[in-house]
Amino acid sequence: MSSKTDGKFGEYGGQYVPEALMPAIEELTDAYERYVLDNEDGFMDEFRRRMREFGGRPTPLQPAEQLSARYDTDVYLKREDLLHGGAHKLNNALGQVLLAKYMGKERIIAETGAGQHGTATAMAGAHLDMPCEIYMGETDIARQRPNVFRMRINGAEVTPVTTGRGTLKEAISETMRDWAKTVENTHYVIGSIVGPHPFPAMVRDFQALISEEARSQAQEAEGRLPDAVLACAGGGSNTMGAFHNFVDEESVDLYAVEAGGSSLSVDEEAGVAPNSASLSTGEEGVLHGARTRVLQDGDGQIMESHSVSAGLDYAGVGPELAHLVDTGRVDAVNVDDDAALEAFHRLSQLEGVIPALETAHAFAYLEEHRGDLGESVVVNVSGRGDKDLETVIEETAERDLSIAPDMDLFREIGGGML
Amino acid sequence: MTLSDAFDEPAFVPYLVAGDPDFGSSLSYVEALERGGADVIELGLPFSEPIAEGPTIQEGIVRALSAGMATERYFEFVERLDVDVPIVCMTYYNLIYQYTGTSGDAGGAAGERGPRPFVERAAGAGIAGLVVPDLPPEEASPLRAACDEFGLDLVFIVAPTTRGDRLDRMREQVSGYVYVQARLGTTGARDDVSEQTDASLERVGDWEVPKAVGFGIKTGEHAERIVAAGADGVIVGSALVDIVAEGVAEDRDPADVAAELAAKAEELKAGALAGAKQRTPPEHT
Ligand SMILES: Cc1ncc(COP(=O)(O)O)c(C=O)c1O
Repeated sequence: MSSKTDGKFGEYGGQYVPEALMPAIEELTDAYERYVLDNEDGFMDEFRRRMREFGGRPTPLQPAEQLSARYDTDVYLKREDLLHGGAHKLNNALGQVLLAKYMGKERIIAETGAGQHGTATAMAGAHLDMPCEIYMGETDIARQRPNVFRMRINGAEVTPVTTGRGTLKEAISETMRDWAKTVENTHYVIGSIVGPHPFPAMVRDFQALISEEARSQAQEAEGRLPDAVLACAGGGSNTMGAFHNFVDEESVDLYAVEAGGSSLSVDEEAGVAPNSASLSTGEEGVLHGARTRVLQDGDGQIMESHSVSAGLDYAGVGPELAHLVDTGRVDAVNVDDDAALEAFHRLSQLEGVIPALETAHAFAYLEEHRGDLGESVVVNVSGRGDKDLETVIEETAERDLSIAPDMDLFREIGGGML
Repeated sequence: MTLSDAFDEPAFVPYLVAGDPDFGSSLSYVEALERGGADVIELGLPFSEPIAEGPTIQEGIVRALSAGMATERYFEFVERLDVDVPIVCMTYYNLIYQYTGTSGDAGGAAGERGPRPFVERAAGAGIAGLVVPDLPPEEASPLRAACDEFGLDLVFIVAPTTRGDRLDRMREQVSGYVYVQARLGTTGARDDVSEQTDASLERVGDWEVPKAVGFGIKTGEHAERIVAAGADGVIVGSALVDIVAEGVAEDRDPADVAAELAAKAEELKAGALAGAKQRTPPEHT
């Protein structure tokens, strides 16, 4: 392999993929090094320009006044929910679709969990005139309908994946299978910092716009760096994006908040982990092309994960994040479904920001650890919650949350929808 | 007999998923393949994320896993098999990497992870070699070392897209035979036999190990053409897993399914032998 990047993060990372994909991965590694790392042909300049003009960057770093008062801490929101498409996903999708253009590819494929990455890829595909096909688990299709429509409206094909439990893990496997057949003219736009090298490093570099901006915005607002940065972690792309430019600053604590789901315990017999906390409870293993932390049974069979938020519902995590957790640089923490749901309502009511359920996990951690995160805290608002409204209405109705608005009203108005 | 000796005459190399659709039937299916003329048997140890597999084999894997197939059980399966031909274990790297042996096992540091305990156990069960579709040569050194230590062969898959340095790296590490992937994509039976086969065979033409071609071979006629084109063997998976799947769908007596597998094996083996007769004799210079 060429020299600049070896794709290893400590013991993690690597390229565990079928041979048919290796030439495509080598070609991609070469393109990553030339265009992304060396800005050949002004690639990164064009990427940044399009992220401004099409994406709406920079996103604000907003002081959250009510939360700050509640926690007696300066809380700042990095508003990736205001990025075009409503989530941080466009940073990566646009970067990769543009790269595919530079590489002369003719077609884009992608997997999606919550539908946010698929939506962002469909938008970037339309914007850059690239046909795209999105693989999505059928369970996720059912719980993320608005995003399925958005993808279709942007002109993407949406192909349901029916194997397994029909969530992100199966969608990734299926997209890899498509790629194995079509590598010669197709680029696979992976949706997080997962998969074989160079994906984890490349996706991080595109997402690093988040912390690049947040860092200078924080300097401007407070004249210093924050004491802590919080981000939810599924695969970990908004997480590494929010952390990257702070990793070398030892004074900044980094918290990756995973989905504790309904429980942290694991049912080996059934092969089910009722959570998606691969950093907190997973073991080292090889999944989807990389060595990383994985939810698996004693034999190494991958478990079915769970989270109320589709975007965190994944049995693996990016190798770089796993490494930073092992070395102690990043704290892996988790909150359960109930706490995330409460945090969803709290942020909506206190700040007028409806967060994605994924994002709500970070706010739930803030609520639980209000006192010990320092005087200035940045929370990455990875996405907005519009896509989750149906789920939230259902899940709230099942629980007794004092903070939630009266859901009976929703049931009456939204009767048809439910 | 070593793995490469099994290719002295054109070899038929069938693949089945161990434990598909259940332990007992699967044992009889594998044995039927040997009766039908198999020279080497590739036996899948099912993994939950088989990214190199098409729908037919994926479904076989799901059937086997739901019937309780697991790593230790797989080794018991191999030990129970009454066959004389070499068995090659085909699986994904995570299962090899996670295996720590049965608890209380003598030898081997307790809880030792990595390829060594798996390879040691495989050798003990009488397995002759391994094929690991998600392990490219760049990541294979620990497994290669363990295979050398315990006398197993490590088979690599050469894809239609494999060229240059990558071919050299594989050539250095491969043993037993080289698995020549006939066309791009995942496994699955096809009606056409790809033209990419000739080109792929040519790229490994001067390798010392036997060349076995797989992906999409379905009939005796395919086998004949592939061997005529210069292959030392044909690997057939999905066309056989299809027979197992039909047996499940139609609720057939496992003995009938086994008989059909044996008949299919005979057809494929006969095709391979017929192909050898059509080969252009080597040119003399
Ligand atoms: C809004 C939002 N946040 C977070 C995630 C989780 O992804 P990652 O951990 O890669 O940031 C998703 C995934 O779909 C998402 O839509």
